[in-house]
Amino acid sequence: MFRKYKKYLNFGFFLIFIILLVVSYNSSKRKPDSVGELLTNFKWLNDFPKWLDAPFMVWINNGWRSFSEKYGLIFDSIGYVLLRSYSEIKNFLVNVPWPIIVIAVVLLTFYASGRKIGTTIFVGFCTFSIGFLNPRFWDKAIETTTIVFIGILLCLIVGLPVGIAMARNPKVRNAILPILDLMQVIPAFCYLIPGIILFGLGAIPAIIGIFIYSCPPLIRLTDLGIRLVDKEIIEAAESFGASRKQKLWGVQLPLALPNIMQGINQCTMMALAMVVVASMIGTRGLGDEVLLGLQQLNVGASLEAGLAIVLLAIVFDRITQAYGDKMQERTQPSKALPKN
Amino acid sequence: MEIKCKRELNLQKHYQKISMSKIQVNNVYKIFGNSPLEVLPMVKEGANKEDILEKTGHTVGLDNVSISVEEGETFVCMGLSGSGKSTLIRHLNRLIDPTDGEVFVDGTNVMKLNEQELIEFRKHKMSMVFQRFGLFPHKTVIQNVGYGLEIQGKVLKERNIVAMEQIESVGLQGFENQYPNQLSGGMQQRVGLARALATNPEILLMDEAFSALDPLIRSDMQQQLIELQTKLKKTIVFITHDLDESLRLGDHIGILNGGRLVQVGTPEQIIMNPADDYVEAFVKDVNRAKVLKAKTVMIKANQFDTSQIKLAEVFKVNEGVYIEEFLPKVLADNSTIMVVDNKGDTKGYITSKELAISLSKTGYNESSKIN
Repeated sequence: MFRKYKKYLNFGFFLIFIILLVVSYNSSKRKPDSVGELLTNFKWLNDFPKWLDAPFMVWINNGWRSFSEKYGLIFDSIGYVLLRSYSEIKNFLVNVPWPIIVIAVVLLTFYASGRKIGTTIFVGFCTFSIGFLNPRFWDKAIETTTIVFIGILLCLIVGLPVGIAMARNPKVRNAILPILDLMQVIPAFCYLIPGIILFGLGAIPAIIGIFIYSCPPLIRLTDLGIRLVDKEIIEAAESFGASRKQKLWGVQLPLALPNIMQGINQCTMMALAMVVVASMIGTRGLGDEVLLGLQQLNVGASLEAGLAIVLLAIVFDRITQAYGDKMQERTQPSKALPKN
Repeated sequence: MEIKCKRELNLQKHYQKISMSKIQVNNVYKIFGNSPLEVLPMVKEGANKEDILEKTGHTVGLDNVSISVEEGETFVCMGLSGSGKSTLIRHLNRLIDPTDGEVFVDGTNVMKLNEQELIEFRKHKMSMVFQRFGLFPHKTVIQNVGYGLEIQGKVLKERNIVAMEQIESVGLQGFENQYPNQLSGGMQQRVGLARALATNPEILLMDEAFSALDPLIRSDMQQQLIELQTKLKKTIVFITHDLDESLRLGDHIGILNGGRLVQVGTPEQIIMNPADDYVEAFVKDVNRAKVLKAKTVMIKANQFDTSQIKLAEVFKVNEGVYIEEFLPKVLADNSTIMVVDNKGDTKGYITSKELAISLSKTGYNESSKIN
């Protein structure tokens, strides 16, 4: 059915291209005096001609202006919700005495990793070392953690359903994949700066940046995880009359969980990377310290702060990874237990 | 007048229902590819599978297949890999939709069911056993066996009771809280079988169920299936690439080659009258003594001259017994076999001559001499 319209589609694209050419020629200020000149003077074939310039910039700027005027209120309210939750969580964590936080992290690791003593001690030590490097880092690390946490929460809320939808429907996948590519490839500053315009300086554009930058791997791995579930197991579920919902919750998601955990792990790592970049648009946190060190040409200070970020990354990575491993053991017990 | 008409109509319906087999597959075509409907006319005209692949890039999975399976029998569908047998069995519960054709189960046209009806149909009518077991690795044995009941919405307590019964019936008690990957292949497939039986379906679909098992365990499982079948009397559709297996299990055997149904018949018919070279190549290496029954090779009692035999040398066997069991008796003692039915009435006789005819491929010819 689609094939019927395919040639019309290509024809349509061609038409749009022609219109674009004409429009850009007409709107250009550097066009030759008359079209006839193009046919007599072929100099324009040497260098890329200045009049061959699609006016995307003007369009985007105009669009952006009217967009932020019209919908600014919506973004204000989103920004307010994010900012409020950010400051609530941050203030709470900053006010908690540091030993309690270390103990909390240790307990979390202990249960998330399935009572692995080695991992637990290592993570506890890393957590302690963040403050140990420089006491100033402790509160900064908490700020960073809060931003990352909210960013990842946003990723999960959006990413999991999208990943599931992609796995279930190839058409959705084909539509979403280019968007994911775009999200990953487009340079971070290109959306951090508009973020400032919409949300102002600080934590909120960083959270939005984290969402754009680190959501794609979660979506991809969720999609992949669900599609990689053994076809025969899916057939088995179907043959017993499982509905789509029963299949998803009872079979596909549990078996895709190790992959999804891997996605969350990747998401976390990329979020941490983004939080450092975001310091350049005034986001406070450990990235701030790195930037400060660089601005003062203080190599020691910036390296110290960099190390603190690495430690934070290790803590995040170990906890999510250990939890993923535990999931894997549950779904594929043979890898953990010897065969009878 | 009207009443009479209605009654006749009802009768007709009833008649249709009973005249129809438990499972009936009518002229099913399955073509894999981008636009199967465009290729269908070509296939219907009888074009070659290879030609179609070359010209259109479409693969013919099934080519005008019709089978009917009676209630309570085991229908074995046999063929080499790529012959479309796994595709065929997936049409019965519509895991695969045919390109053309109809599938009736109990008189219900499976093709006409909507999504909800199909789910109900799968829940209660039939269940399936898979080649690589298809067990859920994240569920324990008892959870796996209870899965069909879980889907039906039974409460945990009830489904554990039923699941436990099934686990015991396949001899896996004590393993109910293990995970599938902790069990051996044979045990895993017994879990698969128990899971399929737990919903008490009328029809059991077995897709190369024993093919992944080693020969000893396979034979064990076959025995277990035969025993279960004598008790439960399910309608079974069994897929295999192993002729011995199909001869052992099947009441009827359908042989598929390249998506076409080549021959359908009882094991004896397949062995004695292979339809073409393909079937003959299959049948060639079969141990006939293990397949042919006394009933098949005997000479009917009224055609046999009883005056030649001495009563002392006569040996009685049931008509359902395989040749293998009385073969040594005939060869060693030169005795005559008297074939009797379940009531004890004499049905026919077998001498060494009949055995010789039935056991050799070319048959026995009195005039031919061995040089």
